Amino acid sequence: MAILEVQNIHKSFGRTEVLKGISFSLEKGNVLSIIGSSGSGKTTLLRCINFLETADTGRITVDGDVIFDSDTQAKLSPREKRDKQLKIGLVFQQFNLFPQYNVLDNVTLAPRLRAKEREDYKKNKKQINAEIEEKAKALLEKMGLSDKLQNYPCELSGGQQQRVSIARAMALEPKILFFDEPTSALDPELTGEILKVIRELAEEHMTMVIVTHEMNFAKDVSDHIVFMDHGVIAEEGRAEDLFNNPQSERLKAFLNNYD
Amino acid sequence: MAQFFQQFPTVFAALNVGFLQTLKLFICTLLGALPLGLLISFGSMSKFKPLSLVTRLIVWVVRGTPLMIQLLIIFFFPGLVWGKPIWGGGESGRFLAATVAFIINYACYFSEIYRGGIQSIPVGQHEASQVLGLTKSQTFFRVVLLQVVKRIVPPMSNEIITLVKDTSLARIIALQEIIWAGQSFMKGSHGIAGQIWPLFFTGVYYLLFSGILTLLFNKLEKKLSYFKV
Repeated sequence: MAILEVQNIHKSFGRTEVLKGISFSLEKGNVLSIIGSSGSGKTTLLRCINFLETADTGRITVDGDVIFDSDTQAKLSPREKRDKQLKIGLVFQQFNLFPQYNVLDNVTLAPRLRAKEREDYKKNKKQINAEIEEKAKALLEKMGLSDKLQNYPCELSGGQQQRVSIARAMALEPKILFFDEPTSALDPELTGEILKVIRELAEEHMTMVIVTHEMNFAKDVSDHIVFMDHGVIAEEGRAEDLFNNPQSERLKAFLNNYD
Repeated sequence: MAQFFQQFPTVFAALNVGFLQTLKLFICTLLGALPLGLLISFGSMSKFKPLSLVTRLIVWVVRGTPLMIQLLIIFFFPGLVWGKPIWGGGESGRFLAATVAFIINYACYFSEIYRGGIQSIPVGQHEASQVLGLTKSQTFFRVVLLQVVKRIVPPMSNEIITLVKDTSLARIIALQEIIWAGQSFMKGSHGIAGQIWPLFFTGVYYLLFSGILTLLFNKLEKKLSYFKV
């Protein structure tokens, strides 16, 4: 069964229809890349799935739970929305780390606040927070940042900041991790380290959705590719098929720009 | 010169009493205007249009007219127009009226500084908080607030140092602050008359006080320099 099911997402800004009915699904442990030129709607799609925009119509299911349904969305309490939100994680193009917290606190802030809602929090406060910190340290070690725990974001390179933000998103154990052009704000020599991290996550079968302009990377790391054009999915399929044997004229023209 | 040294202790004591009143007005204004300004800034940023319109109108009127006129209106209006002075008589009544006028005036200025600070926080900070499951109030207090504080320290220190000197406007309703105390030696007080140097000497108090505040604000700015926004 698919872990992510997106059905018939429509979104307009004023009179401009940005998403004209998007549907796709993703198997657990697979990596999906969304490609397409600027203005094709791929970032808006990602923002709709992550609740940063509210889709006008449509339904999104994660692991069998409906996390978004345009018919019932307005009736949800803020708490219910947050619970649904946390099934998925998002890594931003601009990192958006919290500047006043050091690396470790950036990663532990949300889990700590979340833990306060647990019924056994008062009783096991120390132990819970120790576990959160251990987990954050393990994640940061995986990101190669063990020696930066006490540093502040302004003391890190762009690549290091992006790795912190990946650890921060993973600390909440999302079922699916989304990336919004994770290397677009980085210098070319720093993109490699982020792509390496994502590749490692893919090898561990982390389910991921990546909006990217890095075609070679998308081809290399993805199981499935969605090509968007003018608010619709113009073509989709297995990565090797789509890149080696594009069917639509629009995709052929798009891929030609990258050769 | 001998006369100056003879008069100095008397003048110094009287100016200290006046300065105490200045200081009291300064502190009470800050205690009222700092939180009230935050409320006004929330009002002016409200998505509920009537509220934000009314708030912005008030801010425009208060910032667009002289504080001296506001002081006079607030002090005299109730007595002259309604026929009942609400402030009570004497120095305590004048102090109350002056404090209310200063709090309203400064809250409006502070609110605009807060608004600028809050709106200058990148939308990405709110979005990151949202996808990490933080509530609205957690986002404000845990993520946004300290960044706002850091951004508004320079304009706030400017405004607060202006307040030090603006307290002298309370002289217009005869509040016995330091200018009033200095001036009293011109027409005669404590057996000294026709002297203008005590009035000039009040400048030293303002200078020292604003100097201390400048040092404190520099210290705060340094304390917040460990991160960049």
